[in-house]
Amino acid sequence: MEEAFSPVELINSHVWDSHEFHITDWKGKPVTMPLPIILWTDNGLTVFSSSKFQHDNEANVVVEANGQAFVKYDEHIFYADKFNAAEFEAQTVLSKPFQYDSRPLDFSITTSIFSMIVSVVLLLLIFIGAARGYSKSDKAPTGLAGFLEPLILFVRDDIAEPQLGHKYKRFMPFLLTVFFFILINNLMGLIPFFPFGANLTGNIAFTFVMAFIVFLMTTFNGNANYWKGVFLPPVPAFLLPIMVPIEIVGMLTKPFALMVRLFANMTAGHIIILSLVSLIFIFGSAAIAPVSILFVLFMTVLKLLVAALQAYIFTLLAALFIGQAVSDEAHE
Amino acid sequence: MTGVSLAAIGAGIAVVGASLGIGSIGKAAMEAIARQPEAAAKIQTAMIIAAALIEGAALFAIVVALIAG
Repeated sequence: MEEAFSPVELINSHVWDSHEFHITDWKGKPVTMPLPIILWTDNGLTVFSSSKFQHDNEANVVVEANGQAFVKYDEHIFYADKFNAAEFEAQTVLSKPFQYDSRPLDFSITTSIFSMIVSVVLLLLIFIGAARGYSKSDKAPTGLAGFLEPLILFVRDDIAEPQLGHKYKRFMPFLLTVFFFILINNLMGLIPFFPFGANLTGNIAFTFVMAFIVFLMTTFNGNANYWKGVFLPPVPAFLLPIMVPIEIVGMLTKPFALMVRLFANMTAGHIIILSLVSLIFIFGSAAIAPVSILFVLFMTVLKLLVAALQAYIFTLLAALFIGQAVSDEAHE
Repeated sequence: MTGVSLAAIGAGIAVVGASLGIGSIGKAAMEAIARQPEAAAKIQTAMIIAAALIEGAALFAIVVALIAG
């Protein structure tokens, strides 16, 4: 006897972060790769495998480790004695991750972090492999380097140089890293099988850190022109008390927009595809399958475009902000 | 009208705004390309960038709907 299919549950388990990597279902039981759970508790560092929770997400299984007991509810780990389900459900979405009087600090390797490690390893392999080709021969690059060179030149000629002027060389490593890191993580989110398919760029903590790094880059590279434009914009003096707070808030809202744009685009794409696949299960008949598969195909191609586009937009805006910070001309 | 949440309605309205914006960008881009076909590549690039920025604004609304609903 099977439970009724719940599309909301399917979507939630695939779009948000998770402590174990769900590979497939074998004979009705989930097959997952357990990831290490690393907690900073009152008793110090506690590490154990997520298999001890036995796929439980409703705080039914209590795990004893390092002299303390833990339960897992909705992918959040609580102290067993301080957990209160009703109180947790009553929290708003914004405060749910932050229940730190009843939770230890959670530094676990989740699916997002595992995906990030895989993507970093892939990036290093690809780019170090491509770079090696340049030192060996003087001819035009072939193979991997030949595939990557147009992309790198695209970043340089269409993003870095127009926005940064003659200072672009200093920021090329940063912009290239941002572009390819976001691109490869977006693409990995689209591949549905292990070890890909974890939604890293749709994790708002990840996009927050990326946007924060861009913010640090603009702030620490700002020259005198930039700060003059923020604190002494060329407006009549009576407007200054209004303009200066607006400019300061503007400094913060631009990276915030970067964060939300990338997160929402990626998460929305995942949710749409999962919803369309759920159509088959909701209707419960195989007749809907061709329609659903066509939809999913179309949406996946669209998501491919969105993945590349969002990586481009993020890098373009990062270059724009840095360009504003290091620009030589007087602020208009 | 049971089971209809305000958050979902708000998200729907936001999408209407975004589609109006992107539609008018598309219209302006087509007219510009029709006037000057040699500039088609540049216009297309600018159109895609503007569309992505408008979509960013619409997704703000979706995120708020997700949080509230």
